[in-house]
Amino acid sequence: MVDFGGWDMPVQYRAGTIEEHLRTRKHAGLFDVSHMGEIDVRGADAIALVNHVTSNDASKLIDGQAQYSALTTPDGTVVDDLLVYRFAADHLLLVVNAGTTEKDWDWITSHRPDAQAELKNVSTDYCQLAIQGPDAVHILQKLTDLPLAEIKYYHFIEGEVDGIASIVSRTGYTGEDGFEVYADGAKAEQIWNKLLDAGNYGSETGVLPCGLAARNTLRLEAGMALYGHEIDESTTLLEANLGWICKLGKGDFIGREALAKQKETGVEKRLVGFEVTERGIARDGQEIVINGERVGKITSGSPAPYLKKNIGMAYVPTEFASEGQEIQIDVRGKLIGGRIVKTPFYKRAK
Amino acid sequence: MANIPDDLQYTKDHEWVRVEGDVAVVGITDYAQDSLGDVVYVELPKPGDDVTANDPFGSVESVKAVSEMFSPVSGTVAAVNEALADESDKVNKDPYGEGWMIRVKLSNPGEVDSLLTAAEYEDFTKAEAE
Repeated sequence: MVDFGGWDMPVQYRAGTIEEHLRTRKHAGLFDVSHMGEIDVRGADAIALVNHVTSNDASKLIDGQAQYSALTTPDGTVVDDLLVYRFAADHLLLVVNAGTTEKDWDWITSHRPDAQAELKNVSTDYCQLAIQGPDAVHILQKLTDLPLAEIKYYHFIEGEVDGIASIVSRTGYTGEDGFEVYADGAKAEQIWNKLLDAGNYGSETGVLPCGLAARNTLRLEAGMALYGHEIDESTTLLEANLGWICKLGKGDFIGREALAKQKETGVEKRLVGFEVTERGIARDGQEIVINGERVGKITSGSPAPYLKKNIGMAYVPTEFASEGQEIQIDVRGKLIGGRIVKTPFYKRAK
Repeated sequence: MANIPDDLQYTKDHEWVRVEGDVAVVGITDYAQDSLGDVVYVELPKPGDDVTANDPFGSVESVKAVSEMFSPVSGTVAAVNEALADESDKVNKDPYGEGWMIRVKLSNPGEVDSLLTAAEYEDFTKAEAE
């Protein structure tokens, strides 16, 4: 167990990280992500408030839809990344990272416009369980009458899971199809155990409980950013290749001016994916060397269990940020070869 | 409970040693492989390299972390387990057998007397776990 944003969380369960990772790609994995924070926004100006502090356009959401977005600083850097759920025009829910929940709360409450909206930190009310993988839809369907197959990606519905009032969202952090279930925190154990049963936990092809390490390798293969690694208050959304969640035309928001300016002048560094082409494993924090110069740092580096490669993401000067660029990585004093590749590293077959 | 064979000697860094004449076979213990999780990469010295007791001689990596290995003895590397280059999971499956790391020609055979016995190592791992 490790401390993660104040939560005691397992790095891995009995099967081990590699098996947890592979099982999620081939069948299903179950993740307890109850550590994630939730902030409720209600009122006539709920959308206007959220649009002021985030970069994506919450006004484009319809009821029952979610979007990936970011809380931005005036410099266009990232306070946190988050999901915005729309229940109604006057009711949104922000799902934020565990370690940043308090920071986000302080940020939003101190930067909120004078609008008709009420904020409430409801993080401890909810558990969040993620069932991910090609078998996820069949497993979860055993516990609910909700028409899961009809829920589109990044949409959600409310209803009962094993008789418990829940929010069922077709979202995830693994690169697989799957769902995230939000429910009363006191019911977490019940839903967890029922999902394991429904998923034939214990059989060779059954669901496996997955720890933080598999959650990290799965999201890395899928090319997804992790707050504190690829994104933080020192990197802008554009540098992190998250221009697609910068809706500069939606009206003013914190960071809009800086991002608009940077979009015009171009970024000096950019986040890229790379694979190691020699023997060795690249790790977080190691330096990228190009033409003998130390030009950047690795934000995430790890073995990729499904791809059976050693991969990572790093910031490099824009002039080098193109596919096929040869790089070297300083692995504890030894330079090993690598190459910039397209992300996501892994994309599931549809 | 970790497997700790009686006929081996141990270090507080979780290496084991099997002395065969003037050669010591070195690996990491069952306790160590279990704590690390799936071993995905092992870096070893080359035959002919010198190793010194208590100094790092290589590293073992799991998905999540890198751990240095410390040589229990001094001497010259006589052989390394080449099979681990492609099958590093042998370290998990058979830490005292096919998962061995290096064979060292001892330059100071008296060093092995200061290593832990199986009983001492077991007490040490129990204390560390608490």
